[in-house]
Amino acid sequence: MSEVKIIPLAQLPIRSWGKVHSLLAKDDSRRRLMDLGLVPGTRVEAIRRSPLGDPTAYSIRGATIALRKEEAQKVLVIPTER
Amino acid sequence: MIKSSLPSKPKKILVDSDNSKAIEMRDAIVYNIYNTAEEIASKVVRKTESKDFSRKLDDILTSPLLGFPVMLLLLGVVFWITITGANYPSQVLATVLFWLEEQLSALALKAGAPAWLYGIIVEGMYRTLAWVVSVMLPPMAIFFPLFTLLENLGYLPRVAFNLDNLFKRAGTHGKQALTMSMGFGCNAAGVVACRIIDSPREKLIAILTNNFVPCNGRFPTLILLSSLFMGTITAGSYNSYSAAGMVVLMILIGITVTLIVSWLLSKTLLKGIPSSFTLELPPYRPPKTGEIIVRSLLDRTAFVLTRAIIVAAPTGFITWLCANIQIGDLSIIGHVSGFLDPFARAIGLDGVILMAFILGLPANEIVVPILIMSYLSAGAMLELDSLMAVKELFIEQHGWTALTALNTMLFSLLHFPCGTTLWTIAKETQSKKWAVLAFVIPTTIAIIVCFLVAQGARLLGIG
Repeated sequence: MSEVKIIPLAQLPIRSWGKVHSLLAKDDSRRRLMDLGLVPGTRVEAIRRSPLGDPTAYSIRGATIALRKEEAQKVLVIPTER
Repeated sequence: MIKSSLPSKPKKILVDSDNSKAIEMRDAIVYNIYNTAEEIASKVVRKTESKDFSRKLDDILTSPLLGFPVMLLLLGVVFWITITGANYPSQVLATVLFWLEEQLSALALKAGAPAWLYGIIVEGMYRTLAWVVSVMLPPMAIFFPLFTLLENLGYLPRVAFNLDNLFKRAGTHGKQALTMSMGFGCNAAGVVACRIIDSPREKLIAILTNNFVPCNGRFPTLILLSSLFMGTITAGSYNSYSAAGMVVLMILIGITVTLIVSWLLSKTLLKGIPSSFTLELPPYRPPKTGEIIVRSLLDRTAFVLTRAIIVAAPTGFITWLCANIQIGDLSIIGHVSGFLDPFARAIGLDGVILMAFILGLPANEIVVPILIMSYLSAGAMLELDSLMAVKELFIEQHGWTALTALNTMLFSLLHFPCGTTLWTIAKETQSKKWAVLAFVIPTTIAIIVCFLVAQGARLLGIG
């Protein structure tokens, strides 16, 4: 088995998928991200960036959620196929 | 990097967030909830609706190239429809209401009512009311349903998505874009809406700057003055496109000032970095026409109009008294506006305009009616049955230039919030200090901006 690559969600290229590995966030921020359904194993798609480059819209469990870079930096994902 | 910017909250008794076991347990609970939910959903929910439509629409509405132009265009179209659509009903309403005034006058004459009583009731209270209704009602009845339509379609979160980076750089919360759009309806409502922001620092910034988006009490003023402004430039024949563009420009100035003041506040008085923020972009939905009409007409139009009317009658009463009580050889209005005049001229207004803004503190809706009444009391009485008559009154009889119209718009956009909003701020922040600041900051900015524009224009020989 090849080595698993783990990257922050913020670095997931647009129109590609990832699977949540873990959260670096703490306290309220962690709680909020988990409440969105960002628990280990959740599949996430990066949909688009705002015209000004930030935030980025992600498809999470059927909902479209925009996260600022600071937040998306605290979510680690494993890039996957569609 | 992962330092939380949120103020420390009282520690919960059961879950101590420093305790790694507690975190593990919390994570496990949420994890299990989601997995169970997914399991159930996969059994019972069948997906038929495709999300392609929303995505394709977002490809346009939030695209790097078209996102901003489309946003401006939509705003412009909304105002263009409001301006062109409001013209005719405004004139009809004015005709009807002033016909009614004639009947009232005839009635008062027959009954032998004393001149002062007739003056107070008909020339003071009734006429102000008539102006508020005929100037305010048509644009409101058109603007609010249109705005509610955009809201209903799900467009507002896209605006927040497009603009968020600017708010982040200004050190504020992303939800501020949403509280600002509430402010378009009513700043007091916008201030209450700031409750959705958790961090006290960012909430205060949003509250203190909400006033820089023009509320609907100021829209009719801006719309009227932008057509007036265009009228002075193009010698009478303005077109509604440029007037709509002018209103859009005012809104852009308001947003720019919001961002600058927010940035200054988060560097000085309310230091800190933005707290975490997530924004849902719900799928676009077909608008519910019935709901739009009911919500925009009842909740907004009727509410705001009622408030304007309640304030208009007593203010009309006071204004009439001020216009008709003579001290020496001048009315009270003459004295006050004469006193304010040198300062007002320095910022490109005149004494009467500044006085109208001060008397209009209870509600922005009545600034223009007060202005009209004060001008009428000072000059020749004329039949005011159309918006063209207002233009004639302002431009020909009282020497308004393009600069006067522009600076009155800027002052209206940037000046102190109305009494209701100030009171709401005091209540929401639990402190008089913030309410005072919410008065002082915008007023200072309004004076500085108007002063610079007036002096600049005069230096260049315009106005």
